[in-house]
Amino acid sequence: MKLSREEVLHIAALAKLGMTEDDIHHFGGQLSNILENFEVLKGVDTEGIQPTAQANSVCNVMRDDVIAPSLSQEEVLANAPKRDGEFFRIRPVME
Amino acid sequence: MTHPEHLTIHEAHDLLKSKQISSVELTRSMLKRIESVDPKVKAFMTVTGDLALQQAAQADKKIAEGECGPLTGVPGVMKDVLCTKGVRTTCSSKMLEHFIPPYNATVIEKLYANGMVLLGKANMDEFAMGSSTENSAYFTTHNPWDLTRIPGGSSGGSAAAVAAGEGCFALGSDTGGSIRQPAGFCSITGLKPTYGRVSRYGLIAFASSLDQIGPMTKDVTDAAIVMNAISGRDERDSTSVDCPVPDFTRSLNKDIKGMRLGIPKEYFVEGMQPEVAAAMETAIAKLEELGASVERGVSLPSTPYALAVYYIIAPSEASANLARYDGVKYGFSFQGTDSMWEAMEKTRQFGFGPEVKRRIMLGTYALSAGYYDAYYLKAQKVRTLIRMEFDKAFEKYDALITPTSPTVPFKAGEKGDDPLAMYLSDVCTLPINIAGVPAISIPAGFASGLPIGMQIIAKPFAEETIFRIAHAYEQATGWQKMNPKV
Repeated sequence: MKLSREEVLHIAALAKLGMTEDDIHHFGGQLSNILENFEVLKGVDTEGIQPTAQANSVCNVMRDDVIAPSLSQEEVLANAPKRDGEFFRIRPVME
Repeated sequence: MTHPEHLTIHEAHDLLKSKQISSVELTRSMLKRIESVDPKVKAFMTVTGDLALQQAAQADKKIAEGECGPLTGVPGVMKDVLCTKGVRTTCSSKMLEHFIPPYNATVIEKLYANGMVLLGKANMDEFAMGSSTENSAYFTTHNPWDLTRIPGGSSGGSAAAVAAGEGCFALGSDTGGSIRQPAGFCSITGLKPTYGRVSRYGLIAFASSLDQIGPMTKDVTDAAIVMNAISGRDERDSTSVDCPVPDFTRSLNKDIKGMRLGIPKEYFVEGMQPEVAAAMETAIAKLEELGASVERGVSLPSTPYALAVYYIIAPSEASANLARYDGVKYGFSFQGTDSMWEAMEKTRQFGFGPEVKRRIMLGTYALSAGYYDAYYLKAQKVRTLIRMEFDKAFEKYDALITPTSPTVPFKAGEKGDDPLAMYLSDVCTLPINIAGVPAISIPAGFASGLPIGMQIIAKPFAEETIFRIAHAYEQATGWQKMNPKV
């Protein structure tokens, strides 16, 4: 399972991870090696076996919609790298 | 009171309650201890001295009013993956270098309500991804038993702090062994509770179907005390289970006569150090001597697939969880561009370290179109097989006994840049998270002065069984009383 340079770039783009040429080469090799080790799973018979998404049986947890105190706007914005008054400041989305 | 640094929670409590020491005195001596040994051990990301002394003074007031619970005035250390309101929480990542959470994790709130004093935040592998703390973006923690070796990981700072006497106890988090492996490597007690036993609200997420928070302590009694404080259903974590929380300390001081223990052969893997195998033999003989009936050669045949299952599922979930670091709401933000996408890519390029990137890439690949069925779905199905084998084993046995790690703690730098070699150090602990069952690591001896841990695994919500066996073994051997010379 050798990942091509294009595949590495494709995954990096999906993950929004910037990469240097060195990274592409380095991660490409390591990921190929790791994926090769995962090939063992192909030989396991899982016919008729349901997937496990999580280990306990809790599902569809509901609660009453009760109004309760939440973080203030100031607290929510306190860690923002850039803010503008009561907003997070972001770069233009439309280019 | 010559060595306050080695006080357990219950010993500190006895002294506080009988007013032989005040919480302020105890906290001061712990802070002094940190000052003298942490330059060598490097367990702490942040020391919260002023806050600790304030909280200690409050605890003393409560104690004076006759209110002294098991944790009142007892100083603890929290892994830096747990949100602490007003106290920097970095996950040992550059991404969160200046992040100050606006709220407390539920476990922090519960410990505060029980009167804990916060000494500081412990170093870890970045975003809890690693087995040695070498993936911390800041520095590597050293093993107090041998400073040239790693303390294990990812909760390596928590484990080293407890072993070196830089706190009475710590909390860690465990996704594939991150509490138990460092506990074993530092000769302390570390419990990964059942999935759903402890609320993860305020735990910075790594792999949500595997993550659990648990105690890292100087002995089994302390682990039970901490579990009493942090367990239970929490409306803010919908995966926490509404299951009665017993008084775990009632499982202590009971004999283990007639208990059925299984030794799964797949955990005695190729590449296991002979010293570890020998220590396990001695430990198992001790359990038999204490009256347990031990069956060797139990088989959990899917165990060899656990590593591949884990390293598909955990990175997949991580790639989704870590998508939130976009440089907009909090955390590191790359500023040198006007393009939104470039800013996001550069933020993640410079904010994350190599192991985190590797896992995001791996997970993104396993979830991407065309590969989902072959990797993620397949791993989830094999996960079911692993779970079913545990279920079946627990029809016959009260608990399973394995080594915590196939080796003693390794040298810093030894695994180099070989991710697979590092992943193998968690081979005995990963299957437990995959199955969601509880397991503890307790000290089981030494090989040339280096700690060896024993893992005790039980069925879901049977932490009481674990405590009963662990306490009986600990009382019969006394390994927990050994302290490193730092």
